Amino acid sequence: MSYFGPGHGACPGCGFPIAVKAVLEALEGKAFVVNPTGCLEIVSSMYNRNVWGVPYIHSLFENAAAVAAGIEAALRALNRKHEGHVVVFAGDGATADIGFGMVSGAFDRNHDILYICYDNEAYQNTGNQQSALTPPGARTTTTPVGKRQPGKIGKKKDMVSIAVAHGIPYVASASVGYPNDLKRKVKRAVEFEGAKYIHVHAPCVTGWGIDGKQTVEVARLAVETGLYPLVEFEHGKLVRVMKIKEKKPVEEYLKAQRRFRHLFKHPEGRKIIEELQRIADENIKRYNLLQQ
Amino acid sequence: MRRVVRGFYAIAEAVRLCRPNVICAYPITPQTEIVENLAEMYANGELDAEYITAESEFAAASIVLGASAAGARVFTATSSQGLLLMTEVLFNAAGMRLPIVMVVANRSVSAPLSIWNDHQDSMTVRDAGIIQMHAENNQEAHDLIPLAYKVAEDKRVLLPFILNVDGFKLTHAYEPVDLLSQEVVDSFLPPYDPVVKLSTEKPVAMGCYAPPPYYMEFRVAMEYAMERAKKVMEEAFKEWSEIIGRDYGSHVSAEHCEDAEVVAIAMGSLVGLVRDVVEEMRKEGKKVGLLKIRTFRPFPAEEVREALKNANKVIIFERSLSIGSDPPVTLEVKSALFGSSSPEIHSVVIGLGGRDIPREQIVKVISEVYEGKVKPGKRYEGVKEFEEVIP
Ligand SMILES: Cc1ncc(C[n+]2csc(CCOP(=O)(O)OP(=O)(O)O)c2C)c(N)n1
Ligand code: SF4
Repeated sequence: MSYFGPGHGACPGCGFPIAVKAVLEALEGKAFVVNPTGCLEIVSSMYNRNVWGVPYIHSLFENAAAVAAGIEAALRALNRKHEGHVVVFAGDGATADIGFGMVSGAFDRNHDILYICYDNEAYQNTGNQQSALTPPGARTTTTPVGKRQPGKIGKKKDMVSIAVAHGIPYVASASVGYPNDLKRKVKRAVEFEGAKYIHVHAPCVTGWGIDGKQTVEVARLAVETGLYPLVEFEHGKLVRVMKIKEKKPVEEYLKAQRRFRHLFKHPEGRKIIEELQRIADENIKRYNLLQQ
Repeated sequence: MRRVVRGFYAIAEAVRLCRPNVICAYPITPQTEIVENLAEMYANGELDAEYITAESEFAAASIVLGASAAGARVFTATSSQGLLLMTEVLFNAAGMRLPIVMVVANRSVSAPLSIWNDHQDSMTVRDAGIIQMHAENNQEAHDLIPLAYKVAEDKRVLLPFILNVDGFKLTHAYEPVDLLSQEVVDSFLPPYDPVVKLSTEKPVAMGCYAPPPYYMEFRVAMEYAMERAKKVMEEAFKEWSEIIGRDYGSHVSAEHCEDAEVVAIAMGSLVGLVRDVVEEMRKEGKKVGLLKIRTFRPFPAEEVREALKNANKVIIFERSLSIGSDPPVTLEVKSALFGSSSPEIHSVVIGLGGRDIPREQIVKVISEVYEGKVKPGKRYEGVKEFEEVIP
């Protein structure tokens, strides 16, 4: 059996299976997987149809970080640390909203775990509701588009900076558009003892309104516009960024997805597009992303 | 070794002797001193376990869940709001059949905020699939900890175990306690050997999701395990009492019930007081008895039925409410008696939120029932006259 699949029930073209496979391959299957409730869990852990080739536990929606901490403590207590790394795969809702406190607790205690947030920018399992990581302007079922509301109002929470602020040894962002980069980051991450956080951008075909074949292309556009900078911190210091060869306008990224389509018609739409462009430009400046 | 110690120490010391691998808890009065004592043992190198300071009870329960899933023997403790905050995780732990052992230092729940003792907290998880016992005194609390592990980890059971101890009344009381020795505990409690655990050598998936063709069997299996636990516990009571020479009865302890017209039922630290009163009334020639309920889950319905078979009147001293219905123990007793005897049932709610329970009150309640001065039904003892206000 492989580490993940075959036979999982994710939508064709879903982003997160790319991430899960890349991470487990990088770790050569030496992993204890903890997975909160969400799309990944539902498509992979049905009784009698479990697709995991590694030890796996589905916790609850909000406590994957703490359950991982407990597993890590047990492996330490039982002298079984050599068996593998404790790895969390959690959605953006599980990480940045309901499970936020426990992510912080596990980072604060610096448990030797690798926490991977697959960021599909909404609660996809329950049908595309907004999370703290839904970007401004996106249409979700709880931030619908109407006369008074042009999709989500408000920011995307910066989980990478929050993780860095905890002083944990390794933090990175990655994208399913660049699985080899993700693999390298995983290998680097586990060289550090303590808590590691990798934030992985992972498109959702249904929630974002894209074609299954466009996943990698859309994921890459997010990086190439500067909206989704791929960065790496070791002990709080920025050590590497993925340079952008040719900066693309955010409109190109937005136009590729149904969840942003209204921005080009709604009276408030222009302002939000400009705001997103400003965020992208700021990222480019902040991380010096442009290739000289 | 007999020493005068406080309840929290007696509990912590028993936990230490059980050689847990992972301990995690979050402070809440009146539980806190239990884990503080364990922290001290850890700091002094007397406790060979991972000791984790969680950021909340929700995390503490989750951490011990993860550790237990990975094959560790674990311990946590809490009270009141902390138990309520753990609730979702505890249902999950029970469903995953993880033998987590925890102590609940019983305390009332908010609002209004109260740190004092009653049994409302533990009643909130009575349907979770967790074994629950109530200790009468600190010696019993001390002795029941190894038993809790033995039962919870038994392959015929595999369910979490809550040992209830009355907050302050036991946790903070000085009592002489015969402390167990390591040799004795080791002889009774084998190392934890899980049936399944997370391991890369033999990968399993835990906590899976079960669609309708599967779900029900898992839940019913928990019910079967709880039924088996009754027997497993009896074996353990017997073995333990033979080893340590202290016998607390079985799931219940029926005293003077054979010929009693009135039987008073209590759980936890109140038992001692009720026993005193019953003994005194016996000396006066009154046919009263005491039924101490030690195991609340699995509820020992047969034993209760047997103990009450000759009673005309039953008084249940209730330390919690089920707002909108009969209080919890009353519900259980009525259900146990259904279809057999039908004595008068007096459900007497008493001592909520640490309200004092004077001896005269117990005397008065039992005497009034004995003399037929009060009608059966639900009553509140020790409540002042009050006007209803919305706080
Ligand atoms: C306490 C609790 N509240 C709500 C839910 C319902 N629920 C299950 S998954 C989910 C959303 C998951 O979102 P995310 O973490 O972003 O993962 P995704 O489904 O997008 O992969 C919600 C709201 C739950 N399982 N538990
Ligand atoms: S709904 Fe979205 S996140 Fe969930 S499996 Fe489908 S594509 Fe993936």
